[in-house]
Amino acid sequence: MARTTRRRFMTALAGVAAATLLPARAQTSNGFAAMLQKVTGGATVTPGRVIVDTPRLADNGHSVPLRIRVDSPMTASDHVASVTLLSERNPRPLMATFHLGPRAGRAELATRVRLNGSQRVLVIAKLSDGSLWSGSAEVEVTESACLDAT
Amino acid sequence: MVARVQLPPSARRGEVIEVRVAIQHPMETGFRYDLMGKPVPKNVINNLTVRYNGAQVFRAEMGPGVAANPYLQFYAVAEQSGEFVFEWVDDTGERGEERAAISVTG
Repeated sequence: MARTTRRRFMTALAGVAAATLLPARAQTSNGFAAMLQKVTGGATVTPGRVIVDTPRLADNGHSVPLRIRVDSPMTASDHVASVTLLSERNPRPLMATFHLGPRAGRAELATRVRLNGSQRVLVIAKLSDGSLWSGSAEVEVTESACLDAT
Repeated sequence: MVARVQLPPSARRGEVIEVRVAIQHPMETGFRYDLMGKPVPKNVINNLTVRYNGAQVFRAEMGPGVAANPYLQFYAVAEQSGEFVFEWVDDTGERGEERAAISVTG
């Protein structure tokens, strides 16, 4: 009798463990991988040349300042064509795409984004020669932008 | 829609100038509910185009991941005296426009 109780307890415990794993899996189920595939078109992305400057700790996820710098001379023959901001945990992973050109003079821009919890922000820069470069920043969000709550 | 654009009133030819734009807009995500429990439809400024003397210098495609009252800062090369024209449109089709003049010397 005692053995059965223990077995039942262990089964229940396993159920609890499985339940706690689920939210962790749900966090990455916002279609981030699919969106990354759509943005890159399957091309290889090389880490580097993109610097994402953001506060390590953001008090409020509703408005997180973000500054992006790309190492590029911004000439007619060699410039940044576009910069794409991706979020790992937002319900919509694609936050924004910015189109630049040689008329910008400097491959740098700043904006403010919403972040649904602590996560890594991925920025992909597309250069005029078609190559893709990426940079990322870890942001700790104290109060997330409750995008799906009332 | 109320917007504010900022750029230096004058610059030397070839100088890289800083351009800033802030637009008053709720950037509704479509995930929120109003007091009656009805979902608030998604409404964001999905496109912002910046032209300098007719040529595009910057364009932004935005989604609900951009904070309310979107703020953007970027750069442009001062070429000739003229005008920066900022045009944007939101999901309801409402358009906005703002202009700023610049005089280029040298």
